[in-house]
Amino acid sequence: MSITDIATGPSAVDRFFQQLGAAPVILAVALIIYPLIVPGFFTFQIGGQILILGMIGLSLMVLAGYGGMVSLAQLTVAGIAGYGLAIFGINSVGIMGFGWPWWIAAPMAIALAATAAALIGLISVRTSGIYTIMITLAIATAFYYFVNQNYTLFNGFSGYRGIQPPTLFGLYWRDPLPFYYLCLASAALAYGLVLYGARSSFGLALQATRDNPRRMRAIGYNVTAIKVFAYFLAGLIAGTAGVLYVWFNGRISPGTISVAESIGILVIAVIGGLRHPIGPFLGAAVYVLMKTFAIDLIGAERFNTLIGLVFLAIVFISPDGILGLWQRLKPHLAPTSLRPHHEGRD
Amino acid sequence: MKLHRRALLALTLATSLIAPSVAMADGTIKIGTLATLEGPFTVLGQDSMRGVELALKEHNMMAGGMKLEIIQGSSDASPDSAVKAARKLVEQDGVQILIGPLSGDEGLAVKDYAKTQPNVTFVNGTSAAQDTTLRDPAPNFFRFSTDGAQWMAGLGEYAFTTKGYKKAAVVAEDYSFPYTQVFGFMAGFCKAGGKVPSKSWVPIGNKDFSSVIASIPDDVDAVYVALGGADAVNFLTQYQQAGGSAPLIGGSITVDQTVLGSEGKTKDVVIGTPSAGPISDTDDSPAWKKFVADYKAAFADGFPSPSLFAHGYYVNTTAVLLALDQVKGDVSGDQAKFREALAKLSFDTPTGKVSLDKNRNAIADIYLTEVTKLDDGKLYNKVVKVVPQVNQTLGMDEAEFLKLGVVGRDNPACP
Repeated sequence: MSITDIATGPSAVDRFFQQLGAAPVILAVALIIYPLIVPGFFTFQIGGQILILGMIGLSLMVLAGYGGMVSLAQLTVAGIAGYGLAIFGINSVGIMGFGWPWWIAAPMAIALAATAAALIGLISVRTSGIYTIMITLAIATAFYYFVNQNYTLFNGFSGYRGIQPPTLFGLYWRDPLPFYYLCLASAALAYGLVLYGARSSFGLALQATRDNPRRMRAIGYNVTAIKVFAYFLAGLIAGTAGVLYVWFNGRISPGTISVAESIGILVIAVIGGLRHPIGPFLGAAVYVLMKTFAIDLIGAERFNTLIGLVFLAIVFISPDGILGLWQRLKPHLAPTSLRPHHEGRD
Repeated sequence: MKLHRRALLALTLATSLIAPSVAMADGTIKIGTLATLEGPFTVLGQDSMRGVELALKEHNMMAGGMKLEIIQGSSDASPDSAVKAARKLVEQDGVQILIGPLSGDEGLAVKDYAKTQPNVTFVNGTSAAQDTTLRDPAPNFFRFSTDGAQWMAGLGEYAFTTKGYKKAAVVAEDYSFPYTQVFGFMAGFCKAGGKVPSKSWVPIGNKDFSSVIASIPDDVDAVYVALGGADAVNFLTQYQQAGGSAPLIGGSITVDQTVLGSEGKTKDVVIGTPSAGPISDTDDSPAWKKFVADYKAAFADGFPSPSLFAHGYYVNTTAVLLALDQVKGDVSGDQAKFREALAKLSFDTPTGKVSLDKNRNAIADIYLTEVTKLDDGKLYNKVVKVVPQVNQTLGMDEAEFLKLGVVGRDNPACP
């Protein structure tokens, strides 16, 4: 059952650097020079969106992969941060908008989202498996309908418009290049923290709780607290992504956090793969590229069918998503000399 | 782990392959069309694309001596999706002219986006929210279709004076297009002396109207209903089952063929319902009849008669093609010549003459109709009168009109 690897023993740090190898460095360089070789549309609309949705997917991966808790409310958490930003900061709708500067509004919005995530965790940790999915789906649905019909706080169907990222160091952070690097930095930070966190004592405790909560309780761990804290940490990631998403769209409305979009996050996590934090970003890349370009491949009539078929094909061929696909192909592709000596480790 | 290098190489290659070619072929103009080809308004979006196709066909896919390349974009009626699709068409596909979107809040969002793309001209589809052009307009956004308030021209007065309704309740969907419609209705109705004691706003896709029906006061003379498609059918059925007997007044998409064509007792209830809009199914003018005949000939799978979405996109697309003809397809630089031609354009549509005001919003004829049972037992919207050349301020002085405030749930009010 344990699909995520648990680093053990004193050699963890050594192994970490050993494993790091050349690939992540190349990946990092590729991501950094990416906006310099593609036009603005690919930097902002594609790149930015992949990184943001990847981060929300990552927050789901943390809960589902390490904690065994599939939460459909991660986009809701991001949405809470987004609405928080619209309410604390400046918007052009003329409702709420306290006008706080971004360096107060954004952290407050993220803190609010993480707190809300912890509350959602508190409600749902007593359930497991399909019941967790159900209860978080219920929360996501309820929040969607609430913001849709509440006008004093959330401005109903129209939501908030005119939410701008700041101009800082002479840069307008919604221009493609700065925004891409902002997203990349946030995503890299979140990714690094998740990688590190998975090997920390808390991360190990969370994975142990996933595998055998009863035994963990017996040896003196507060299982509920561990799970709720995991929700809180995932909420920080989702909240950060939520702030970026609102800056990306310049607006937020119930449509942004609808149930269909929430399921989109699950699709991203599943087609990417839940066994490693890179999975959701791969999933988001496929998701965003398909959503954007399927209409060019097959025309306006049936493009959603194509999107569905591709997702279906990925999950059908590899139940572990794109990551699993890679795992499967790797031994066949590799020349013998390059084959890894240890089995089952990534 | 080292093997990831290979994946990266593949990834880099793939990325460079999908990078777009922005180079433009000579003699071709790229036009993007944006409509709701997914989500709750899919059927309407498909019909709007028929309108575009019809206009292009009449021009043989040419304008100003240039070939036209059409690229379709799809949204799901949410503003986010409309902006995403618009951005893809403009920034990735490099369209020089964008026609769309279809729905009210989408129009507001695309107008905001238009301001960031000064070198592209945006021409509306059928989105009919008032502030897309009235307040804070974008200099490169043109609307040859009228807005939701204009569509209601004359209906309020007609309901008050001819029908004799003094008090009316309002039931409408909760977003910018119905706000605009209610505004247009109440502008005339309240001015004539009518009262609107209660307004109920329901979310799109609402299924259970019992609480809404319960909140309609007993002493109203009529109920003004601005709901579309399935929502209208659901409301009318439930209102009748609940024993509601007040006569109805319809918004522009309330008593269209989707409702009139439905079976059951609902049909009897809607007979005599006055309504208004930019088109009328039973218009006798030769131009409209030709439009319907062309539509039917071209699209076997279309509606029995073109919807106002096919009509709106047809009119807007035709305007683009005519202006392109005038400037010989010159859309270079900031498209100043093309935009000047658009702004000055005045042409005959299947529903009469259309021209633009200084905010680049259409001035056009509006049809006041009433649901009538014809000899074949079917229901149609019969034209009562044509309100000629309605402008966006409904004939009022602009300053006075702007003082009425931004349309919304609570504005206007005359309880």
